[in-house]
Amino acid sequence: MNYHGGEFDVIVIGAGHAGVEAGLAAARMGADTLMLTLNLDAVAYMPCNPSVGGPAKGIVVRELDALGGEMARNIDKTHIQMRMLNTGKGPAVRALRAQADKFAYQHEMKQTIEDTENLLLRQGMVEKLIVEEDQIRGVITQTGAEYHAKAVVVTTGTYLRGKVILGDLAYESGPNNMQPSINLSYHLQELGFEMVRFKTGTPPRVNGQTIDYDQTEIQPGDDVPRAFSYETTKYITDQLPCWLTYTNAETHELINNNLSRSPMYSGMIEGTGPRYCPSIEDKIVRFNDKPRHQIFLEPEGRHTKEVYVQGLSTSLPEDVQHNILKTVPGLQNVRMMRPGYAIEYDAIVPTQLWPSLETKKINGLFTAGQINGTSGYEEAAGQGLMAGINAALKVQGKEPLILDRSDAYIGVLIDDLVTKGTNEPYRLLTSRAEYRLLLRHDNADLRLTEIGHEIGLISKDRYARFLQKREAIATEISRLEKTMIKVSDEAQQVMEKAGAALLKEAYHADVLLKRPELTYKDVAQLAPPEKPLDEDVAEQVEIQTKYKGYISKQLEQVAKLKKMENKKLPEDLDYMAIKGIAMEARQKLAEVRPLSMAQASRVSGVNPADISVLLVYMEQGKLQKVDQEA
Amino acid sequence: MDIDTIAAISTPMGEGAIGIVRVSGDDALKVADRLYKGKKPLSEADSHTINYGHIVDPKTGEITEEVMVSVLKAPRTYTKENMVEINCHGGLISVNRVLQLALNEGARLAEPGEFTKRAFMNGRIDLSQAEGVMDLIRAKTDRAMNVAMNQVEGKLSQRLQKLRQALLETVAHVEVNIDYPEYDAEEMTLEILQEKGTFVMKEIDKLLQTAQQGKILREGLSTVIIGRPNVGKSSLLNSLVHENKAIVTDIPGTTRDVIEEYVNVRGVPLRLLDTAGIRDTEDVVEKLGVERSRKVIKDAELVLLVLNYNESLTDSDKELFQLSEGHDTIIIVNKTDLEDRIDINSVKELAGNRPVVTTSLLKDEGVDELEEAIKDLFFQGDLETGDMSYVSNSRHIALLNQAKKAVRDALEAVESGMPVDMVQIDITRAWELLGEVIGDSVHESLIDQLFSQFCLGK
Repeated sequence: MNYHGGEFDVIVIGAGHAGVEAGLAAARMGADTLMLTLNLDAVAYMPCNPSVGGPAKGIVVRELDALGGEMARNIDKTHIQMRMLNTGKGPAVRALRAQADKFAYQHEMKQTIEDTENLLLRQGMVEKLIVEEDQIRGVITQTGAEYHAKAVVVTTGTYLRGKVILGDLAYESGPNNMQPSINLSYHLQELGFEMVRFKTGTPPRVNGQTIDYDQTEIQPGDDVPRAFSYETTKYITDQLPCWLTYTNAETHELINNNLSRSPMYSGMIEGTGPRYCPSIEDKIVRFNDKPRHQIFLEPEGRHTKEVYVQGLSTSLPEDVQHNILKTVPGLQNVRMMRPGYAIEYDAIVPTQLWPSLETKKINGLFTAGQINGTSGYEEAAGQGLMAGINAALKVQGKEPLILDRSDAYIGVLIDDLVTKGTNEPYRLLTSRAEYRLLLRHDNADLRLTEIGHEIGLISKDRYARFLQKREAIATEISRLEKTMIKVSDEAQQVMEKAGAALLKEAYHADVLLKRPELTYKDVAQLAPPEKPLDEDVAEQVEIQTKYKGYISKQLEQVAKLKKMENKKLPEDLDYMAIKGIAMEARQKLAEVRPLSMAQASRVSGVNPADISVLLVYMEQGKLQKVDQEA
Repeated sequence: MDIDTIAAISTPMGEGAIGIVRVSGDDALKVADRLYKGKKPLSEADSHTINYGHIVDPKTGEITEEVMVSVLKAPRTYTKENMVEINCHGGLISVNRVLQLALNEGARLAEPGEFTKRAFMNGRIDLSQAEGVMDLIRAKTDRAMNVAMNQVEGKLSQRLQKLRQALLETVAHVEVNIDYPEYDAEEMTLEILQEKGTFVMKEIDKLLQTAQQGKILREGLSTVIIGRPNVGKSSLLNSLVHENKAIVTDIPGTTRDVIEEYVNVRGVPLRLLDTAGIRDTEDVVEKLGVERSRKVIKDAELVLLVLNYNESLTDSDKELFQLSEGHDTIIIVNKTDLEDRIDINSVKELAGNRPVVTTSLLKDEGVDELEEAIKDLFFQGDLETGDMSYVSNSRHIALLNQAKKAVRDALEAVESGMPVDMVQIDITRAWELLGEVIGDSVHESLIDQLFSQFCLGK
């Protein structure tokens, strides 16, 4: 018997990393929001590695924060260590990574959700969507509750028709023996969605008390305080280290001898796995000349002895896993607590989505996270936030928020997904961003706070502080451009100390700052501002001055791109009727239905000539309209 | 896309007394001014005027062409944008050189049909013509694609592929250091980048040189006419030149005191060497003629060996046969209007599989057959491709020059101590530019390279 469960503005299915961001964003924007999850104890659960951030991904977390998302604040409160990566390289590729206390992370997030107005968190498994004439109306749960809503966000992660595979054992399951979501997957297919089957995996967990750390290398966190969120003021100082060890010839031989028992090679696994997250058996087969592979030992939290064995993701049988672990230095006497496994799941082909993450087929239905073919908590959270924002905007009758590739990694991620699709679980890499230099860790707030404030997710206070910071940066940069530094004993001393060439004549302060050896501090010492700058302001002044040449080059490219982004294409354009476009390109365009010329040009299989024809065709249409009106 | 300035050769290749390089876009006048020297800059000239001046290579300061330049300022132009039409001497080399300079100075090579497209986009052409524009773009592109395909199989492409792969591996290596900072791959240092960059720069230079030497068809086949005095070399030259409207040019930068003439024989551009010599030495003693032949034949890719129908074969003739050994040669037995005194069988024997053509240049007989023989020798009858590949070559050269500049920027960045990921920006740019030459610049291949070159993952 079905019963009426209630009326909402937005319903979010799932409370993983995508779901929690979607629910929080929608509720904070004023939408009456229901968040359904099949297990209340699995809110913001980390079924794989206990870490947040890293190259590209860490920048996504910063972007989330600038837009008013939760992940950054949550990890700042619950990490066991943080490190800034790539500090030896340029500013564009620096990235923060935190090791999470995965249990604390969950509890903290659940509490935040419970404390949020307009947001109801409830356990329940959605089996069906209520759809009337291609318009979403609500959802129906396994227990017969019918919830009505104006918009629904689906964030089912790896639960859709999930199947765990471990050696020759295979069973229907979500990650870590959670209940899988079977019927919803079939229901989505019935609604006409094209689905794909992907695979991912996780390594075994071991008891940290049985590790001999003396045989491993310590990997401590940074000793300077770090935070993802621009709001964080309290820093965790008590950090736990990770540890590094390696596989060896013995490990590899053992794996080779047991390949026949690997479901990867016996044909049991049909889903496509990600190249960037291969299982250890995959690594050894594909890179058999590599004598050793890195293994990072990462604690899963402060109140557990479980340790995540990064680098040893596998679906080999449990007995083989025991033996593999014992070949690794430091793990000879280790006690495994959970085996690694592979998991297969259904995802929807993401080219069925608009860049707002709304499905093209059903009005008001959004999808985010692993269901869209991505992998990674950060990728999921970024999409969840955007889907939540756009669901709320939809309810408010407003235009969707779409980030450009030059605005944010989140923009790159979503544009790649909906324009090109993906044939393996998609992971963000810095090399996917063509404007990497603009999409930095340090300037996420400068890029996005304005937008976050506009949609109502950034508080007045924070926005005021942001405006001050932006002003301070601009003031200081123009001051440096106007200030001369003359040849003086003090100046030469600073040069000498920094290892820079001595001054032959007076220089503008900004020109001096461009010298690779000099920092803002050096220059400020010779030409001090009225009052000393905040560190983050000084950092911006330094980066924006030092790399001005490269930055302006990329800005020029962006300006060109924007012209094409501003040439809009109607959603219902009949591409098949445009004779001048090559057949393959016509089909692709009809499938993706790009919203702008720029997006059209990124569709694979569409070449510049096709775009030229399309431009001409669009102009022709305009003329026709004028003709008809006249 | 619409804001940049485009340039292209607007007259058919290789034929006609003048050739026009057309430039259109906001910066058309600025670009043209960088390579033009006249009474006053083109940007200061009145619209719809034609201006006499010279094209000067901004890098070397060398005068390369004598030109008439039409200045057409927006909006009363074909594309409704600023336009410049540079009228230069027809023939391949001059027009092409001007185009290349324009491309080097900031114009982009126009896509097929792009001038017309712009005219349309800017409201210059009416609705009924739109359909035609689209067909035009499509048709021209397909043809260009064919040529691109042919060149993909060519040697140039193979070398480019290799070079790109080297760059790609370097880029992937830097990327892996960035995206997987803890992965135990060797750190790609500035030193390694510098080494690779220098290597790539040298390779691009070599490619540019082969392109500039005109090994293919760019600069024409270097051709010599040899033969004893009084066999009709001069008449042959005149006949070729007269028929094909040659332009007499002093080749700048060469120290040799020779005059070369360009003719386009049925799509085969010939660079006739030592034409002054032929005209001067027609009356000198036989010995000198042979010696002169020996000298000029060294640089020749095509030898036109002229014999006298009216005289029996001499030792000098046989010597010339020997000299031409190893060159593509056409034997021309001239003066068939006179009495038959040559042993045509011996000629054929000496010629082996080299074509023999009989002519009477006096009566204008046999010239068609000769031109046909030249064409067959180098094109196997396929004229279109020859012309088209020539066009895309100038695009290639522009792209190669840009790639070279990108590598140079990267090397300068290394010098000035920029971090590796900044240097990377220009290296990646070079890789993309080289990809454009062979029509392959898909970013995804970098990601593929990353995962095939390194064993990554958690």
